[in-house]
Amino acid sequence: MKTHVQARINGEEVEFLCEPSQSLLEVLRDVLGLTGAKEGCNNGNCGACNVILDGRLVNSCLVLGVETQGSEIATVEGMAADGRLHPLQQRFLEEAALQCGICTPGFLVSARALLDVHPHPTEQQARQWLAGNLCRCTGYDKIVRAVIGTADGGR
Amino acid sequence: MRESDGVIPAHRARFPGSKTVTDTKTRKYQVIGTRPIRHDGVDKVTGRARYGADIHLPGTLYGKVLRSPHAHARIRSIDTSKAEALPGVKAVATAKDQPALADKIADLGEAVMNLRDLATNVLAVGKVLYHGHAVAAVAATSLEIAEEAIALIEVDYEVLPPVLSVEAAMQPDAPLLHPTLTTRSLGQQSETPSNIASHSKIKKGDVDAGFSQSAVIVEREFKTSPVHQGYIEPHTVTAQWSEDGSLTLWLSTQGAFSVRDQIAELLKIPVSQIRVVPLEIGGGFGGKIQVYLEPVAAVLAKKAGRPVKMTMTRAEVFMGTGPTSGSTIRLKMGASQDGRLMAAQAYLAYEAGAYPGSPVGAGSMCMLAPYNIENVQIDAYDVVVNKPKAAAYRAPGATNAAFASESVIDEICERLEMDPLEFRLKNGAKEGDRRADGPVFPRIGYLETLEAAKAHPHYSAPLTRSDDSDGRKYGRGVASGFWMNYGGQSTAYASVNSDGTINLVEGSTDIGGTRASSAMQCAETLGLASEDVKPVVADTGSIGYTEVTGGSRTTFATGWACFEAAQDVKRQMTERAARLLKISPDDLDLAGGVFTSKKDSEKSIGFKEVAARLGETGGPVVGRATVQPKGVGVAFATHVVDVAVDPETGKTDILRYTAVQDVGRAIHPSYVEGQMQGGVAQGVGWALNEEYYYDDGGRLLNASFLDYRMPTCLDLPMIDTVIVEVPNPGHPFGVRGVGEVPIVPPPAAIANAIYHAIGTRMNVLPMSPREVLEATGQLD
Repeated sequence: MKTHVQARINGEEVEFLCEPSQSLLEVLRDVLGLTGAKEGCNNGNCGACNVILDGRLVNSCLVLGVETQGSEIATVEGMAADGRLHPLQQRFLEEAALQCGICTPGFLVSARALLDVHPHPTEQQARQWLAGNLCRCTGYDKIVRAVIGTADGGR
Repeated sequence: MRESDGVIPAHRARFPGSKTVTDTKTRKYQVIGTRPIRHDGVDKVTGRARYGADIHLPGTLYGKVLRSPHAHARIRSIDTSKAEALPGVKAVATAKDQPALADKIADLGEAVMNLRDLATNVLAVGKVLYHGHAVAAVAATSLEIAEEAIALIEVDYEVLPPVLSVEAAMQPDAPLLHPTLTTRSLGQQSETPSNIASHSKIKKGDVDAGFSQSAVIVEREFKTSPVHQGYIEPHTVTAQWSEDGSLTLWLSTQGAFSVRDQIAELLKIPVSQIRVVPLEIGGGFGGKIQVYLEPVAAVLAKKAGRPVKMTMTRAEVFMGTGPTSGSTIRLKMGASQDGRLMAAQAYLAYEAGAYPGSPVGAGSMCMLAPYNIENVQIDAYDVVVNKPKAAAYRAPGATNAAFASESVIDEICERLEMDPLEFRLKNGAKEGDRRADGPVFPRIGYLETLEAAKAHPHYSAPLTRSDDSDGRKYGRGVASGFWMNYGGQSTAYASVNSDGTINLVEGSTDIGGTRASSAMQCAETLGLASEDVKPVVADTGSIGYTEVTGGSRTTFATGWACFEAAQDVKRQMTERAARLLKISPDDLDLAGGVFTSKKDSEKSIGFKEVAARLGETGGPVVGRATVQPKGVGVAFATHVVDVAVDPETGKTDILRYTAVQDVGRAIHPSYVEGQMQGGVAQGVGWALNEEYYYDDGGRLLNASFLDYRMPTCLDLPMIDTVIVEVPNPGHPFGVRGVGEVPIVPPPAAIANAIYHAIGTRMNVLPMSPREVLEATGQLD
């Protein structure tokens, strides 16, 4: 029997039906059509599914859809606004901080959460914060540069 | 095409001595060498880009595979009746739903496989050959029901003893994986069933004579484990049949046409009835060429009469796809007192996995390619074991071999008290030298990478930190690497839009920015800006035949096709401009987006204006090209790495890494740097942590990202890159493939650095903390 859930995603009221066993990742991708969050491992080890839930960075594969009743969820789809890219997104493009791009939504969400807490992270702080996001293409160099560069450039 | 166009016709390219082609004073590129934003970038940073699993067709069923819990077993029977009876299950498939196939070799980019082996790997016939081997599949109305259904399939197995190493597999009384497999040794097929699928040999000169002339001889044995490509996106496919008998597949793949060919062969249907639509791909590295789920999804979709979507879990990716080979390598090398390599003798035995076809041949070709050695003998063995069939992984076979050769050379250098870069300069290959496996090198840039590494501040920087009271040991290592790269077939179409921009259609899925490098080569040729060329990656119904995105071929070959298509556009547009100006096309030059008469500079017309008036001058302009280029440029790299080893825990940290590589010509330097950095990162993981970890029964124990430990950003420093450009005379812009060679040096470079830190030579990969402690005698 599906559960009815009401939440806010990227500032918009949404409501959806889901099985109690479905993760927030499944809800986002398969119920709501928000395919920006990706499934890389489905057990919290790669960060490709990261979203911000009530101000907290989480693996959406480890959150149940039914747990988000009344919550505020921010996904990659909410980062660009008014026809303009978020500074992190712009910087990722300029620094070539993506190759296949599958990890990019997760990194962007994580980086956004990082800059909310540490507006001017050191390289070490950035690497520690982003260690939960796996990338297999870039070796992380350009990603870290893009994140630190965005912070230095202001938000 | 004329020299004044700014490109060198490949067939006329001749470059004397060591002068580089691209003297920047004479060779000015407007677009090539710049760093524009990639054309698909905005979609990828906003989450709009559609990857394989992001598609959802109405009425889709979910497919799930039942996999073997045993590493080696006979299948006595499969009973799917309970699964079929479960409400919500719409189709069930086993191998009997696939046509029986004869022996035929399939070309899978940088791997080859017998089609019958490919089919039985997709769904097992008679035996299961590795933990995770697919046995049956179901399609149901939800993933949950599909998972429940496969648990209801009853398989009666007769468990057999597994073979889990080349040593075990090569014993005369070893259990046999394939009762009809015999060894193809040096061109002759033997009669005796064996787990050794093939033996090949490279021989040059007389190694015994060479060793007798050597002042220093080093002989070592090395072992490596299977490692996985580790792409973050699992395999996924959606299959749908039409009532006209045609099949469409939406998926992530490195080669839409390769998938089409494989499906045509496996399901025995004409290629014209199959359309493969490649969506964006989340990493491949060679592992997304061979089919796994695709034929199964097609069979289920046909039976169910509805689209079927199948996506692997992460555990299935590790268990059911293709890591690269584990290996045993024995290498003996000798050098004269003055530091000349005299002889090299190697034994390479690579695990092919469950079916023949490891990259041992490529490994043997690449192992010693950077060096001039008069006397070489390499014996290479392809051996089946009860592990997943090895698939291509970035320079397949070369990293294993370089781990051995670059470590032994380091040891020789130490014995001779020679600087390791000086030694390589003395023995390094250059234009005109012949590789042990036969080819003569055209213009190459290996020595240039050594010089650049030597000149880099990293090489002369002090090693120990001012505060080394933390008890760690510091060391620096170097290693070189070689990969031959691949040419292959590509097609491109370039249509002129009425606003003077170009629609560029090509067939190479974009894993690392190749849409941009293709568009840039087209733009350069026409004097347009990068953003005025709109690249599209098309499906098999919309573009001519194009081989896989792999083999470091895309910027080289597909870029070449885009260059040729642009030349075709240029010819046609020149004619149209001439028609509008009422002069001869031979009188016109195109520069800076303007056609100008050579005889009267007042007579001119812009490219955009010509484009706006195509209807007046004869209709649409579409340029097209197909290529199968011969002038493949090989790739060399030299890496320098500093490590810190904690002698108590055995943990190695990478402190500093510099990767030098001859790229020929960097079309988009940021993405070239990205390839170098990504290859290094994978090499670091291979060196320090990654391995397939099995129990005695052949069950894979670490099929998750938690326990299959790939580097995180906390495990790596910034990775410095040095792009060396010794242009490939075989390509219009001098391009060499760049994607693969950067994974070749890291394990050896790190092993050498660890040696210089702690005084112990590592000969096993990964050099995990446990291995370091064991090698230094600190365990039991």
